[in-house]
Amino acid sequence: MTMHETAGVTATVEGPGRGPVVALSGATLAYGNRVLWRGLDLNVEPGEFVAVLGPNGSGKTSLLRVLLGLQRLTSGTARIAGADPGSGNRRIGYIPQQRALDPALRLRGRDLVGLGFDGHRWGMGIGGARVRRQRVAEAIEAVGAEAFADQPVGLLSGGEQQRLRVAQALVGSPEVLLCDEPLLSLDLAHQRAVSELIDRTRREAEVAVLFVTHEINPILPLVDRVLYLVDGRFRIGPPDEVMTSETLTALYRTPIDVVRVRGQIHVVGAQSGLCEDQPHHHLDDEP
Amino acid sequence: MDRLFDFTLTADLLGRPFVQTALLAGAILGLLAGVLGPLIISRNMAFSVHGTSELSFTGGAAALLLGINVGFGALAGAIVAAVILGVLSRRSSEHDSVIGVVLAFGLGVGVLLLSFYKGRSSNKFGLLTGQIIGVDTQGLELLGGCAVVVLVVLAVIYRPLLFASVDPEVAVARGVPTQLLTPVFAVLVGVATAMGVQTVGALLVLALMITPAAAACRVTSSPLRATILSVIFAEVSAVGGIILSLAPGKPISSFVTAISFVIYLICRLVDYLRSHARSTTTPAPTPA
Repeated sequence: MTMHETAGVTATVEGPGRGPVVALSGATLAYGNRVLWRGLDLNVEPGEFVAVLGPNGSGKTSLLRVLLGLQRLTSGTARIAGADPGSGNRRIGYIPQQRALDPALRLRGRDLVGLGFDGHRWGMGIGGARVRRQRVAEAIEAVGAEAFADQPVGLLSGGEQQRLRVAQALVGSPEVLLCDEPLLSLDLAHQRAVSELIDRTRREAEVAVLFVTHEINPILPLVDRVLYLVDGRFRIGPPDEVMTSETLTALYRTPIDVVRVRGQIHVVGAQSGLCEDQPHHHLDDEP
Repeated sequence: MDRLFDFTLTADLLGRPFVQTALLAGAILGLLAGVLGPLIISRNMAFSVHGTSELSFTGGAAALLLGINVGFGALAGAIVAAVILGVLSRRSSEHDSVIGVVLAFGLGVGVLLLSFYKGRSSNKFGLLTGQIIGVDTQGLELLGGCAVVVLVVLAVIYRPLLFASVDPEVAVARGVPTQLLTPVFAVLVGVATAMGVQTVGALLVLALMITPAAAACRVTSSPLRATILSVIFAEVSAVGGIILSLAPGKPISSFVTAISFVIYLICRLVDYLRSHARSTTTPAPTPA
């Protein structure tokens, strides 16, 4: 499984509970002459945790944009949550990069989570107010955010905001969770808290997780498979198979050493910071 | 100013039908402005409202010159403004400068149009500072009709609009049509602004559209409570301003703006005292 999967797998029946929740087949994305990735075949099963790694500009965020229907594939097909990208978004949970919310934003944590539950629906939602209140309270309890859920979100710490983001993404009972650098700028304790929350949910509710990150170590024990993107090439497989000197040397086409220290993976390359790049893209501002 | 508290005169005037019409118009306007205000604040559209109101003034001036209902002219101007601002400023970094450019030109055209107008000069002045006492049955019907349309459309799009306003990145990911909601909301604001131009005048629309909501947002973080408070503040400003202006016979706008400004100051003070109390009793949250 170090190479991409065979095309036959994509033919399995889709739908909730059986078959892949995310299915990419021969997917290619290019901006003009620049190919981000070519011939990508990826099936993510319910409850599977897939980490998406790669240097800056390798198209990690673009992959999420394709799955959300915000970016069209140059060629190939994509299906998510039993639908074409863009038409089943209410079955997708999305956790954005941790970026401080505007301190002047007049919104409580509870309201932020509530928008994740039914913010996409038309109307005022007066009829479903009781169910909504209950589900939101449950989601807030699940992430341990009761103590600060009624304060303005803009005044909360990054870790507190990100916990509410997890609740917001999970309150709608999604089939897939797309996470774009959700641990960025969080300290170690909060990184662990947030990633354990995501892990618990995907196990309990069979939610497939696609986790874009530049740092695999905080989530290494949770990851089933890694999708590693470099310069249009990619490898898919368990971390033990992908995160090796041989595989990454082949991917980067330059000598790479993968060193394991105390259960952590460190990638040492010709250029420093090869895979621990600083992401500075997000959903809104890519072409 | 001793006539400010002449209650017999105020009571006498309150019995007149034209005053009652004005009060009803003020109340409708307060409701509209109060409901739209918190969304305008969270979308950072205060300057946009100002620009829309200036173009609404231009439309009103054109209508005055052509001898048609000023309300329709103001409405047309505001909707054209909302569409122009929406089309010209797709990128948010350009937004402010585009508004400034369009606003200045529109105001210039409006002043030119008024210079051709040979009718009563109070009609001209009224477009800038309001003439709610002059609202007739036709004007009231237009106002009421527009208010119903705006409130119904807003009720339909309220949740996705709030989502797109406060959390655009996740709203897009959840399939909220943010690109569609922006121009729709701009037109709703344009309609409400045009109604405001007729009553409190182009220069003072901000006093009703922005100030009450800005005050409400100082004292609560709940969108629902902010909307309720904003409506209350706008009603107190609009209806209270009209009543207070009756006895002294001074422009309504001055009273409306004064009341809403005082409410705003009080809310800021409450906010300051609260956060002060919070920071002295509990330690500040540690940044992660």
